[in-house]
Amino acid sequence: MAEHASEHHIHDPANITNPEHADHHIVTPLQYAYVYIALLIGTAVTVAAAYVNMGPLNPVIALAIASTKMVIVILFFMHVKYQSNLIKMTVASGFFTFLVLITMTLSDYISRAWGLW
Amino acid sequence: MDNSIASTEPLMPHETAVHEPHEHVFVPQHRHHFETEEQQREAGSFGMWLFLLTEIMFFGGMFFAYLLYRNWYYDAFFTASNQLSVPLGAANTAILITSGFFMALGVWAAEVRKQQLLVWTLILTTVFGCAFLGVKYVEYKEKWEKHHIPGNSFDVSEFVNPAAHGVNEKPLPPDMAQKTQIFFFLYFAMTGMHALHMIIGIGMLAWLILRAQRGDFTAGYVAPIENFGLYWHFVDIVWLFLFPLLYLINRHPLK
Repeated sequence: MAEHASEHHIHDPANITNPEHADHHIVTPLQYAYVYIALLIGTAVTVAAAYVNMGPLNPVIALAIASTKMVIVILFFMHVKYQSNLIKMTVASGFFTFLVLITMTLSDYISRAWGLW
Repeated sequence: MDNSIASTEPLMPHETAVHEPHEHVFVPQHRHHFETEEQQREAGSFGMWLFLLTEIMFFGGMFFAYLLYRNWYYDAFFTASNQLSVPLGAANTAILITSGFFMALGVWAAEVRKQQLLVWTLILTTVFGCAFLGVKYVEYKEKWEKHHIPGNSFDVSEFVNPAAHGVNEKPLPPDMAQKTQIFFFLYFAMTGMHALHMIIGIGMLAWLILRAQRGDFTAGYVAPIENFGLYWHFVDIVWLFLFPLLYLINRHPLK
């Protein structure tokens, strides 16, 4: 988008032309190919790890791999790495809120029977 | 009352007061209430992400139910989980990742204005999406035939007496065996809602392919492709968690 690139260099004191100062970045097919291969490797590692007995570590490792794959997808396939701070904060706040809800609901279930035995 | 304010307002929109007309670059997709195309794009992505956050909460409720019941009825959960086919699940994960890869390529094709490439990547995205649903159908059919769909005709015999069915698994006490229904209920609820999202996505893909063929998205207007891509990748991410949580709870004692 060469015709738009020049707009970013205009002095913009009122912060109107490009309020989030986000460059319009295009992720290349090569980057997508790397992500694709990384995701396939992650899938293979998940399956392999499931057949090894690591006790309580099994679900931890499975979730760690899944979370890593999720972060890769969000950053590159979903372009969040190249988005403005507004989008980054929106995504982060969503996951943070979700974690808060999980934690609070779990603490309820964990503590319900306390003092009843 | 609100309407009267609008009608008594003098016909002088604020844009004309603030801006000189020559500042605007007129492109057909640029709506007049956005100052710039970047701002419009930003607002679109922001709105799409807000929608995806509600989707995180929607699937999150089911993931939480899974977390709780898995801890309460762990034996039932891993015994029922071992009924699922790892090769089919892993293949479906690869199929879905491939579909997402072509979707990502489609966004690139739209950005660099390659119309034919965009159409083909969208078609491949659809094909792999349909392949995923096809595998899912095979898996659901097997559960139907074995009476492993929760409800009145649910059959626990394979869980209370696995040896009689040639299953290498520790038998569950009858009350715990009933709890396998909760696993299968969550399995169908979670993969079913995921599949519904994919069916909706494939419907939208058909519409996007038609419009892409008209050249709607390869003249600078990428937003529908990009925002649909966000939706499609989100659905992929849900599956990235569903696969290990549903298929791979406790595979190691079997061998």
